[in-house]
Amino acid sequence: MAVKKSEAALDPLFNNNPIALQVLGICSALAVTTKMETSVVMCAAVIAVLTLSNLTISLLRHQIPNSIRIIVQLTVIASLVIVTDQILKAYVFEISKQLSVFVGLIITNCIIMGRAEAFAMQNPPSLAILDGIGNGIGYSAILMVTAFLRELFGSGKLYGYSVLPTVSEGGWYLPNGLMLLSPAAFFIIGGLIWALRVYKPAQVEMDG
Amino acid sequence: MANRQATGYTLLFATAICIVCGILVSSFAVSLEDLQDENIALDKQKRVLEAVGRLEPGEPIDEAEVAERFEPIEPVLIELASGEAVDGDTATFDQQRRARDPATSTEAPDNLARVKRIPDRALLYEMRGDGGELETIVLPIEGLGLWGTLYGFLALDADTTTVHGITYYQHKETPGLGGEVDNPTWKRKWPGRKAFDDEGDVRLAVIKGFAGSAEEDPYEVDGLAGATITSNGVTNMLEFWLGENGFEPYLNRIRAEAN
Repeated sequence: MAVKKSEAALDPLFNNNPIALQVLGICSALAVTTKMETSVVMCAAVIAVLTLSNLTISLLRHQIPNSIRIIVQLTVIASLVIVTDQILKAYVFEISKQLSVFVGLIITNCIIMGRAEAFAMQNPPSLAILDGIGNGIGYSAILMVTAFLRELFGSGKLYGYSVLPTVSEGGWYLPNGLMLLSPAAFFIIGGLIWALRVYKPAQVEMDG
Repeated sequence: MANRQATGYTLLFATAICIVCGILVSSFAVSLEDLQDENIALDKQKRVLEAVGRLEPGEPIDEAEVAERFEPIEPVLIELASGEAVDGDTATFDQQRRARDPATSTEAPDNLARVKRIPDRALLYEMRGDGGELETIVLPIEGLGLWGTLYGFLALDADTTTVHGITYYQHKETPGLGGEVDNPTWKRKWPGRKAFDDEGDVRLAVIKGFAGSAEEDPYEVDGLAGATITSNGVTNMLEFWLGENGFEPYLNRIRAEAN
């Protein structure tokens, strides 16, 4: 396997973005992107879990018995997610309450198991770390753009600070309530996928 | 390389992974417990402040500020059956633990809120004005929703009937559906409603659909869309905790003292 280091880290940003091309991890992308603050914490949690799980699986790749490799990956990922959740509850309690079940659901985020099985099982630790960071950032980039648009147009704020003063607070901006509901994330992510595929036509899936 | 396909090796590997992961998870859980407990206690105080209207939902606030705003609010330990105040350490009081211990609780009669055991004592909060007059009472409430028990506070004005606010600090309801009990817009529909009717019966209920303003529909609150069971759970826990097995004796005492 000849994967260059720069490729491992940079490919997932545009060429092989986990959300935009592989369409993985959509569930959490819908749930946590109403505000940038919660999205940032979610992104940090995913990047941390993804990088550490890739590293661990890669280090163990010659030891893991083939017959139980999926459940071993899952055990490692689940442990890392629980630890992350415990840390969030101890240090950023308010945000961890808002993220509620979605931190726990990182366990089932397809990106993480996908990268463990598809990449970390075949590649050395240094590459696996880069791949983890790259995919984490690729996921985060989409999440942050979505959260940016949803928070700006949904509540007239950015990172909790009022940017477009809303009518209810005596300003002029009438917030778009749809932006705060899950379907808005579908529209935005769909729009992003479209834009990316116009820019890179090679990503368009052909029928048949 | 050892034979990776051998059954013995597989079992050994699985055991080793379980032990390592188990130690990792439990050591983090144990070492962070104190910090988490502090956060939970602080969060509970914030929810009390929200219920009495001294904190806006989502307002950023630090620990010192919470303590300052908590100044006029006094924790009061009462005996549930008589409603009388009793002495005891309010800081370490744990109502849930007391309700579990057969020595300090009694079995609850069948009730819709699915409260199984009633503790002998309860911790509530009284907010007093500058002259020492009672302004607001904050009662702890709990009851079954869809996925688990909801724990929260109901604040009543000194007339013991008008609702001042409601908040939940712990629940397992679905985010976006039953989880909307945390929604500030929904919580703002509560103040001004009446918990009891003129006969003194608990009448306040979360209905299906929309209720009018507090003046038009004093006994009804908007239902949570897509969360009928959670909505009913809220109604049931109000009925239980404001009723004879809950805080009725205490509220009767407050009413008697006011006259």
